[in-house]
Amino acid sequence: MSTDYETHDHDVLIIGAGGAGLRAAISALALGAKVGVVCKSLLGKAHTVMAEGGIAAAMANVDTADDWRTHFRDTMRGGKMLNHWRMAQLHAQEAPERVRELEQWGALFDRTPDGQILQRAFGGHTFRRLCHVGDRTGLEMIRTLQDRGVQLGIDVFMECTVTRLLKDGNRVAGAFGYWREQGRFVVFRAKSIVIATGGIGKAWKITSNSWEYTGDGMALAYGAGAELMDMEFVQFHPTGMVWPPGVQGILVTEAVRGEGGILRNKLGQRFMEKYDPKKMELSTRDVVARAIYTEVREGRGTEHGGAYLDISQKPADYVKKKLPSMYHQFKELADVDITKGPMEVGPTCHYMMGGIRVEAESAKSSVPGLFAAGEAAAGLHGANRLGGNSLSDLLVFGHRAGVAAAEDAKRTPAVSVDSTQIEQAAREALAPFERKVGESPYAIHRDLQETMQNLVGIFRDREDLIRALEELEKLKERAEHLSVEGSRLFNPGWHLALDLKSMLTVSEAVTRSALARQESRGAHSRIDYPGLDSTWGAKNNVTVRDGSAMALHQSPVPPLPDDLKQILAEEK
Amino acid sequence: MAEAIFEVFRGNREGGQPVTYRVPIAPGMVVLDALHHIQGHLAPDLAVRWNCKAGKCGSCSAEVNGRPRLTCKTRMDALPLDQPITVRPMKSFPVIKDLVTDVSWNYRVNQKIPPFSPRPGVEWKMYQRDVDRVQEFRKCIECFLCQNVCHVLREHEKMEEFGGPRYFVRVAALEMHPLNGKSRVRVLKDELGIGLCNITKCCTEVCPEEIRITDNAIIPLKERVVDEFYDPVLMLVRKIRGAKTEAG
Repeated sequence: MSTDYETHDHDVLIIGAGGAGLRAAISALALGAKVGVVCKSLLGKAHTVMAEGGIAAAMANVDTADDWRTHFRDTMRGGKMLNHWRMAQLHAQEAPERVRELEQWGALFDRTPDGQILQRAFGGHTFRRLCHVGDRTGLEMIRTLQDRGVQLGIDVFMECTVTRLLKDGNRVAGAFGYWREQGRFVVFRAKSIVIATGGIGKAWKITSNSWEYTGDGMALAYGAGAELMDMEFVQFHPTGMVWPPGVQGILVTEAVRGEGGILRNKLGQRFMEKYDPKKMELSTRDVVARAIYTEVREGRGTEHGGAYLDISQKPADYVKKKLPSMYHQFKELADVDITKGPMEVGPTCHYMMGGIRVEAESAKSSVPGLFAAGEAAAGLHGANRLGGNSLSDLLVFGHRAGVAAAEDAKRTPAVSVDSTQIEQAAREALAPFERKVGESPYAIHRDLQETMQNLVGIFRDREDLIRALEELEKLKERAEHLSVEGSRLFNPGWHLALDLKSMLTVSEAVTRSALARQESRGAHSRIDYPGLDSTWGAKNNVTVRDGSAMALHQSPVPPLPDDLKQILAEEK
Repeated sequence: MAEAIFEVFRGNREGGQPVTYRVPIAPGMVVLDALHHIQGHLAPDLAVRWNCKAGKCGSCSAEVNGRPRLTCKTRMDALPLDQPITVRPMKSFPVIKDLVTDVSWNYRVNQKIPPFSPRPGVEWKMYQRDVDRVQEFRKCIECFLCQNVCHVLREHEKMEEFGGPRYFVRVAALEMHPLNGKSRVRVLKDELGIGLCNITKCCTEVCPEEIRITDNAIIPLKERVVDEFYDPVLMLVRKIRGAKTEAG
């Protein structure tokens, strides 16, 4: 067979156009690289747009005692010390500059009385640290980056999905994908590639994530031979909507608690007193999510199986000003006026701490020419991410990945892509059309979501995880035989069939890693191993492809230098 | 279980027709939930754009019972269920397939707008009272519903001469930025054709973010164009002095 496809050449190809991808593109362009950005949706619709609460950066505009050391310590403690210390250090040191840059590119944050960027309190942060715009910070950030990128001249390939990375020997040399609109194939040749595709939440039933969040970037990197790390650490955000059914899982920003929101069970008890009397509602997300889950399981849940979150003690105008999209979201979707009464909330699959293993300084993966940043990369957040540290992650490591990829491209002579890989990728992409009889991808996706939700959720045990692996094997088998109806013209069934492969790969990596880690740490809670284990605290789980099988091994957590140990020992 | 009857446009650039689907109703259900049900159970190749499902990304715009809406925020219990619910793609843009339209024109218009450019040497201090009015414009989620209903685009198809409400909102945000150092008034007049807008306020009515597009963005911008180009006193002064101005 001879495949029809168009070809594009770039120095740096960026897959994903959320905060990390766009920030990487801007920095790569600044170094003179020819940059292409590929995204599954329209530009400006990536998941970053959903981020609500703010960007964590120790600017010390509100609490003058704040500095990078405290931010570093909060991040490491929040991540239960499994974080890569160097990433946490760079992140804390560089976030303020990255925020100031956004302002210089036109972003308009909420202000302090003396005209600086306003910062709010958030879970796990010692000081008021989150730079924000009401509860639509992500929109402000993505629009600012989008305008900046377009102004500088990035090539954007909208509604285009990459299904395979192409290699030249050991090195990545390009990517194969399809235009969602017409279903035609496209080959990108590039000297270096940055993966910035975000997370994997669509493998769970109750999730705050959009259809795009299918773990493509992790699966692509894994397929190309890169290492995945910390895959057992999936964050369940404590507060998603629970009612009505259609909105289940939609995010309720942590800013509600940051602004003073109180959690109660159906008996009216402020239950966080039991789980974290010191930090209460502003405890870390892993703790609050488990608390709500436990209250519900023990029969103290609300009518629709959640907890009450109440901000109505604050003046109505204040709530509308600081949490405008929450006000509208509840009013329009749930008939609840949050200035008058409580919301009903429960945990929702939200964020992936694990991902592609990268070098701290350069965001470089273990495959030459391949970089990763943002949620698709692992290391910064360890076992649990603090709210607000995601947007700053995107900026800090998006920038670093863009710089490193551009420099790497400069050093690299021309790459070539052989047609065998392209033919194979095309065959795989078209296979669902070849089978005239077979299951719908939607049915397999629903069963995958049930499996991950029920067996690889907030609380895990050996028996469930082994069952999940068995189920995943069956699902993989079914996915091999699915078929899609219709043509290649904008066909969501076909798109899902291809996304399913990525979801199955990452789901298996999550489950295998969760089974291996015989302890409870951060977002990973094992009923059969309820405590922290210091041996496991010194190890990261690493997943690599071994032929067609998935191999797992442990790698020692990099030891902290003494000056940083000192910072961690300080009590604040 | 109660059911709703949907008539969803199925087709492509060449044409198409409404197709009827029966969808079970759940409490609090929105139209996008119904479209997902159709995809998942009845028509797996039904083309729909969506992302956040929470009214924050502006992807799922369509015309429900003739009204331009975000389908993720259109509650089924607010629609009469004794008759079929019609769902059609936005009319002002070319259909790609089913409910998905080609909105690339919008991105091209955006590129005509000179980006943010601060006054040289500014101190990076801004006060909330000065930021407030611009933050209203920055709420825009680019759902393009305002573009879809604007009669200059919808009926008169003046895509070449006219930028549309979305981009007047964007220009307003840039022009009213407290530290703005660049004028876009000529662009508004010549490239974005703001004079073609006769303030019927259709855009404001459909904005899901409740941005007062006409009152707060378009009218003040029209005033700037008038001040710059059509003020009779200024025109006279300029003629006498032969001064070079931005308008000249």
